[in-house]
Amino acid sequence: MRPAPNETLIANPGKSPDFPKREICTVALIGPPNSGKSTLFNRLTRLRQKVGNYPGITVEQRVGLLAGGGQEIKLIDLPGVYSLTPYSEDERVAVDVLTGKMDGLPRPDAILLVLDVTNLSRQLVLAAPVIALGLPTLVLLNMADVFTKGGGSLDVLKLAAELGAPVAMVSATQGSGLAAVERFLREDHDQRPDELLPILQNLPQCRKWANQLSRRVDYQRPLPSVWTRRLDDIFLHKLWGPLIFVIVVGAVFQTVFGLGQPMSTAFQDLLTKLGQQVAPFVSNGLLRSLLLDGLWKGVSSVLVFLPQILLLFLFIGILEDSGYLARAALIADRTMRSVGLNGKAFIPLLSAYACAVPAIMATRTIENKRDRIATILIAPFMTCSARLPIYTLLIAAFIPDRPVVGVLLGARACAMLSLYVLGFLVAIATAKLLKSSILKSAAVPFMLELPEYRYPTLQSVGLRLLDRSRVFLRQAGTVILAVSLLVWVLTHLPLNNGRSPELEHSAIAYMGHGIEPLIRPLGFNWKIGVGLLTSVIAREVIVGTLGTIYGGDPATQSMTLQAALRQDMTPAGAMALLVFFAFAMQCTSTLAVVRRETNSWKWPAIQFAYMTGIAYASALCVNVFLSRLFR
Amino acid sequence: MELVTQMPVALTDLKIGEGGAIAHIALPTTHQQFLTRIGIVPGAEIKFSRRAPLGDPSVYSVDGTEVALRAETASYIFVHRAHFPRLGDLL
Repeated sequence: MRPAPNETLIANPGKSPDFPKREICTVALIGPPNSGKSTLFNRLTRLRQKVGNYPGITVEQRVGLLAGGGQEIKLIDLPGVYSLTPYSEDERVAVDVLTGKMDGLPRPDAILLVLDVTNLSRQLVLAAPVIALGLPTLVLLNMADVFTKGGGSLDVLKLAAELGAPVAMVSATQGSGLAAVERFLREDHDQRPDELLPILQNLPQCRKWANQLSRRVDYQRPLPSVWTRRLDDIFLHKLWGPLIFVIVVGAVFQTVFGLGQPMSTAFQDLLTKLGQQVAPFVSNGLLRSLLLDGLWKGVSSVLVFLPQILLLFLFIGILEDSGYLARAALIADRTMRSVGLNGKAFIPLLSAYACAVPAIMATRTIENKRDRIATILIAPFMTCSARLPIYTLLIAAFIPDRPVVGVLLGARACAMLSLYVLGFLVAIATAKLLKSSILKSAAVPFMLELPEYRYPTLQSVGLRLLDRSRVFLRQAGTVILAVSLLVWVLTHLPLNNGRSPELEHSAIAYMGHGIEPLIRPLGFNWKIGVGLLTSVIAREVIVGTLGTIYGGDPATQSMTLQAALRQDMTPAGAMALLVFFAFAMQCTSTLAVVRRETNSWKWPAIQFAYMTGIAYASALCVNVFLSRLFR
Repeated sequence: MELVTQMPVALTDLKIGEGGAIAHIALPTTHQQFLTRIGIVPGAEIKFSRRAPLGDPSVYSVDGTEVALRAETASYIFVHRAHFPRLGDLL
């Protein structure tokens, strides 16, 4: 007879001396999509977690330290999977981690299996292959609060006995029942796999087993949520649905600009003041120039965009956690299909407006490999937040602040909007081109799960923002700091009798003049050329670079960057530069992610060549056309 | 409570609120495996819940979860049409 769950949870040090007791150091957390796994992970680890990538692939990996207990226990968050049959990248990763085949991660000593109890008969499908791995496993039936409130019931003791593993009812959102996890990890385990569990690789068998099992444990499904049905009546209404969709997307953008812009300006003032506070303490002129003009200007010109980026991620987080994003994908599917993509591409493309890197990682949910690559290839055309610095700078410098549609829309807002539309149109055209040529594919069934609506929790949305801030600050503190340092040093070399040269004779000018013949037809001078070179690393770097260069030139030193550019560039050249930035692939992080995600250098190379080609050609057209027009 | 009719019909021939047990799926094996993951297998109960605002895809309720499928897929999934009593009829 198998032990009842509370017996299993009681420590039993004297038992089975043949198996040396292993101390639990690493625990894997696994569960199907929408089982509330992430919320539980956040609960269990609080803020002590790290987001990284598995070496070689970009399925995101989160590792956290479990709270409580004497020694520290590492908790690995696995991607949400339906089965351990490797159909998708996520499932491959889960299998590799659980079997200890993942580089850099030890094989887990124990497993926490999360199942949504409101949907148990389906979620149990994953239990068979996981428990059959033979590792000590605790089954956590999540969303117990919703389950009981909705009138659901089951025989937990019987389920534990049938599974041969302890089972606990928990609620990740309420934080209840989690003491079971602590107890489970404190105890010694000598579980053996259950011979009665069905064959792992046979999904239909697992299904049948799961269905029979849920019947045997008297599983009663709770009544479906009335609210989800009512909300869907509105959000998926023939007329209101698309209307609300447009309003939601519009409101997100309006808020990011309307509210984000003043926040950024205020933040910039703060950063400038901070720099000025430091100035008196540095007496050495050269050192002060390095610290303030070189490093601080470069880094802070990028830091100012943090508020806008966080706002965008806040909205995407709320929309995703509440369950609305899945509905939005459903509404968008019809439109996406006309360019040969499916509605699931909508979510990555929307988040590409913030940053292409997480967007490309979000394409993992697209099962069709060719659709996924097409989405990856077009994602960087979406106007990401890294383009905002240069857009804002050039528009403010060259576009007069005139009303176009009354007070509602000014010329500057118009210019900004058209750059967004431009990027979107080229993305769509590219998708159509790709899907009708090299990435043509047989249709794979489109399938989208619509989870029940839930309140987004402050904790999970907050954690996302924290993650984003960390990534952004790390970028500013490493890459941008290094580039600013490099540009500053190059503007001060070669030394002439121990003194820095004039800007015109510096090493950076030499480099800029080197590429000038190539970019002069676009209306760019050598200083812009240097900006283009450094911005290959990241788009926002150009603003810092231009700031450093124009700041080092006595002719423009006293001016703002806007005024300096107005004096040094033609309007046609400025417009060409805007268009260039709309299309060019200037982001090493994106290229690196594409490389990892597609597992080849071919796609990032194609992407880089294609985007830069389009950028060059259209900037050339704009410059030639506008120069003629304005002459 | 169920009144099973004679011939299986395609999911796309159902009216909103109708459903039944899946009879067979006339799709290639790889597609079937794909559908299996969310519980669309012969024998499973499925119900047509609603249409997306633009007409397609449609939302089906299977195993207690709402899943959206395009007509191009749903038209190859055949069910034994059954009468599902509405909640109102039972009360």
